[in-house]
Amino acid sequence: MFKSASKPSPSTSYTATAPGSGVAARAFEVRKVYGEGDASVAALDGVSIDFGAGAFTAVMGPSGSGKSTLMHCMAALDTVSAGQVFIGDIELAGLGDKQLTKLRRDKIGFVFQAYNLVPTLTAQENIELPLSIAGRKPDRQWFDTVIDTVGLRDRLGHRPNQLSGGQQQRVACARALVSRPDVVFADEPTGNLDSAASAEVLAFLRRSVDDHRQTVIMVTHDPVAASYTDRVVFLADGRVVDELRNPTADDVLEEMKVLSARSVAGTDSGR
Amino acid sequence: MFKVTWHNLIARKLRLALSAFAIVLGVAFVAGSFIFTDALGGAFDGIVKGTTADVEVLPRGAGQFDSFGTDARTIPASLVAELSQLQEAEQVVGTDQVQGVFVISKEGKLIGGNGPPGLAFNYNELTAITGDRILTVADGQLPSARDEVALDVDTADKAGYDIGDEVTLVTPGDPPTMKAVLTGLVRFGSEGGLVGATITVFDDQVIKDLFFDGKDVYTNVSLTAAEGVSQVQLRDAVEGVLPEGLEALTGDDFAADQQEIIGEILGFINTFLLVFAAVALVVGTFLIINTFSILVAQRSRELALLRAMGASKTQVNRAVLAEAFVVSLVGSTVGLGLGYLLAIGLKALFGVIGLDLGAADMPIELRTVLLSYVVGVIVTLIAAYLPARRASRISPVQAMRDDVALAETSLRRRFVLGAVMVAGGVALMVAGFAGSGGRGLLLIGLGMLAILLGVALMAPVLGRPIIQALGSAYRGLFGTVGSLATENTLRNPRRTAATSSALMIGLTLVALMSILGQSAKVSTDKAIEESLTAELIVSNATGQFFSTAYAGQIRELDGVASVTTFRQAAAKMGDSQVYLQAVDPESLGAALQLPVDSGSLRGFEDQSVFVSSTRAKSSNIDVGDSVKLNFPAGPMAFDVAGVFPVGGAVAGDFLLTLEGLQRSGIKPEDSLLFISKEPGASEASVRAGIEDVLADNPTVTLKNQKEFADEQKGLINTVLYIIYALLGLAIIIAILGITNTLALSVIERTREVGLLRAIGVSRRQLRSMVRLESIAISVLGAVLGVVMGIAFGIALQRAIADQGIDVLSIPWPQLGVFVVLAGLVGVLAAVLPARRAAKLNVLDAITTE
Repeated sequence: MFKSASKPSPSTSYTATAPGSGVAARAFEVRKVYGEGDASVAALDGVSIDFGAGAFTAVMGPSGSGKSTLMHCMAALDTVSAGQVFIGDIELAGLGDKQLTKLRRDKIGFVFQAYNLVPTLTAQENIELPLSIAGRKPDRQWFDTVIDTVGLRDRLGHRPNQLSGGQQQRVACARALVSRPDVVFADEPTGNLDSAASAEVLAFLRRSVDDHRQTVIMVTHDPVAASYTDRVVFLADGRVVDELRNPTADDVLEEMKVLSARSVAGTDSGR
Repeated sequence: MFKVTWHNLIARKLRLALSAFAIVLGVAFVAGSFIFTDALGGAFDGIVKGTTADVEVLPRGAGQFDSFGTDARTIPASLVAELSQLQEAEQVVGTDQVQGVFVISKEGKLIGGNGPPGLAFNYNELTAITGDRILTVADGQLPSARDEVALDVDTADKAGYDIGDEVTLVTPGDPPTMKAVLTGLVRFGSEGGLVGATITVFDDQVIKDLFFDGKDVYTNVSLTAAEGVSQVQLRDAVEGVLPEGLEALTGDDFAADQQEIIGEILGFINTFLLVFAAVALVVGTFLIINTFSILVAQRSRELALLRAMGASKTQVNRAVLAEAFVVSLVGSTVGLGLGYLLAIGLKALFGVIGLDLGAADMPIELRTVLLSYVVGVIVTLIAAYLPARRASRISPVQAMRDDVALAETSLRRRFVLGAVMVAGGVALMVAGFAGSGGRGLLLIGLGMLAILLGVALMAPVLGRPIIQALGSAYRGLFGTVGSLATENTLRNPRRTAATSSALMIGLTLVALMSILGQSAKVSTDKAIEESLTAELIVSNATGQFFSTAYAGQIRELDGVASVTTFRQAAAKMGDSQVYLQAVDPESLGAALQLPVDSGSLRGFEDQSVFVSSTRAKSSNIDVGDSVKLNFPAGPMAFDVAGVFPVGGAVAGDFLLTLEGLQRSGIKPEDSLLFISKEPGASEASVRAGIEDVLADNPTVTLKNQKEFADEQKGLINTVLYIIYALLGLAIIIAILGITNTLALSVIERTREVGLLRAIGVSRRQLRSMVRLESIAISVLGAVLGVVMGIAFGIALQRAIADQGIDVLSIPWPQLGVFVVLAGLVGVLAAVLPARRAAKLNVLDAITTE
């Protein structure tokens, strides 16, 4: 594991890059507003954040903090109301559906909480899907590396309904990695898994960062999951409020308590 | 529970609409058939009643049935004066009615003539039993000289004639065409129009000169009753003074007789249309079963929740059936409305082929409404029963589970059941072959139906190799998108099979008809080539008879060696109508080589007949027997001199001599002339001579053997096209079925579609995926359908080989085109579901629970 024992002091600068060099994804002054006029709600209210290349970052926050919205906007699944989003050097604003699709296909990998695989395809076919729809041949060596990392070699011919939840999620991770995307977005990847299966999946994501300098951004509400990451960014009320470097589960839990308390207090005072 | 049903219906308006569509189309066809035939019947009723007076005096037996020809018997004009003495009578009018007088338009085209009669008579001022005058003068003067006529308003309008114009007429008399000045227009009393019939009015004396050799006779005498005298009283009074050989009928009886004759024809049209309605409903049933199965599958968790909360099996079952009931009510209502539009369409279609209904009412009878609802509701409930039963079997615990799988009957059991049905169907067909006539054909038909349904049951298994073969082509051509589409098609074999079954049934029938049609055409060619020796043929493409004057004129031409005349008529043998052909035995040999199964042409005399092989078989007649044929004028006995095989140049049940037919009291009118030229004569000059004789008459044309064959084949094509057009409805239902299934599948797979989009599948790829799936379903249906169509076509051709279709010919290129067209149908069916899939918002799709 790649973790420091020392507890870093909470930083107030959220644009600093994580270990490694360069920025894999960046949000700048991002606002996302739902509804219009008096009924409008800002899910994201001026979020600026850099996600360093080759780092494993967790995005956390209470329900309604905007963490899922942020991920959807970063991952080219949703558009922002204002501000800029970059994947590598590419700014998403102004891209059409075709270009966004191509971007997702070539630069981004996805792992969702549930319903992650196409049920009619085998594990191998699912893993190769992003490449084959792009009409590309998988790099054999890289494919083998990914398969061995997730430990699924004997399950490649199985269909999703013949696999356990953990196995399915590992297949999904393999699929996200096989096209060597610039960023992998994981949306509560362990949300449906028991602790043993969660550990497998998280360990695998960690390894992909350590061994292959993969960039992974994960939305989670689980402090244990967050403890696998290099950095945790906390969101509340559509803003970045804090971050932790090399967090432990206890650090994260502590921070979450503070945030929840503040959010409850804020809600009360607002009324 | 009713509330749940109701909310479901409202919440799923689109699905409701889609599943109602099958019902709508099926019911529309049923309603349309009835509305249209009612309209036809109403129009004919109008004509019959509008031309019938209180009492009609006719030669005995005339008007009892349609003998095709004109009754040659007449009534002496002196009878009118005698009947005028009766104090029960108000009006006594002698009418000379002639059929086969047609109007040629200004552009030289025939007006009407494709079935509806061309009537000519002398003007009268009679009041019909409807209370209206039969005819009124609308404009101008009545004709009074030999070269003057009046026409009915509609006919003059269609032909483009104004008063004072010179009108060209085709007549059954001599001369066969004539020109006359239009002096006036008459209006026919009935509002329903003339159903395409045309009316030409002549002066009383002129019509006698032209068509009755100047004799002072009438074809019928009409009487109206004096004040306070009933039809029956008047008839009885008339009967008292009638000479032998004549009879008096009350207007009501006469009209009823006519309506019975017309009713047989209308009944045939109605049955014909209802056959297609039945096909549409069978196909629609598949669509409904499928739609409800999918809906139940998608709602299984919700249904399980109801069960968990304490709803009984029966309640769940009823909830689904209640939904089906509401759908069927809505579908039947819309179908009834659409049926009305369809009837208008049919009216236009039949108008094109000459059955002009004019402004006839399109009545929606209570019977039509009730039948539409009964058919719609019953078919829907039957179709929804299986899915409803399956829904009720959902166990409550499934509400708690993530993936709810419905218990389905195993494919194996289904396959075995299908195989048993196919075996039973084959057995029925074999029995049908062993049997004979209508019974045999009925068994063969039932066998086909059983096989069709059996194959539909087996389709999930039978279809697999076809889809897989298609799948490997897809993979090669479209890569991953192709294999995704293939996997989707194989994912739910029942659903795929049921969806393609609709198209399968349609294409089975289309392929079957195309094979029969092609075989009929080839058989026609063969018959003409083998038996026809005459070089030239004069015929009327619309089947109307023509003046015997042409044969005489052509016979006089230089270079013509012989003219063989054919005439047609109908008679009754017992209760069944039989079709007669008549020919001059002397010149028969010059026209064609009549193949003879038994007996000899040497024994062919005026009191003898040849019988067709089918009629000989079905009525158990053999050479040497005596047969009694009933004509309007009375029965005639004939000796059977021989049996001829069906399918040669001679159609019909019996072949008589010209003289034999004339003795039966039918006025001579020709239907076909076969002309042989002298050995040295040039065909061109003979043709030119004949063309000259036929000039002015666009209805009667000259052909050589090939052109004659083409004309016959053209008739076959017309019938085929009408059948294709009607089967097109089944195809439309099938397309809707595919659209429906795909649309529901897309909804069902919303999350999967979202996932695919998220990991980089483009909209275009997604659209191709849905399209390829659709094409796979259609091609599966087409392949199964065409294969069965070929099998049925071969079987049916064998079954009716002795009825003239003795050569089997399979139009392979055409069948290939059908499969390709089915692929296009798939593309068409996929348009909306593909658009829907591509339009799904990625984010909404993947966050949908």
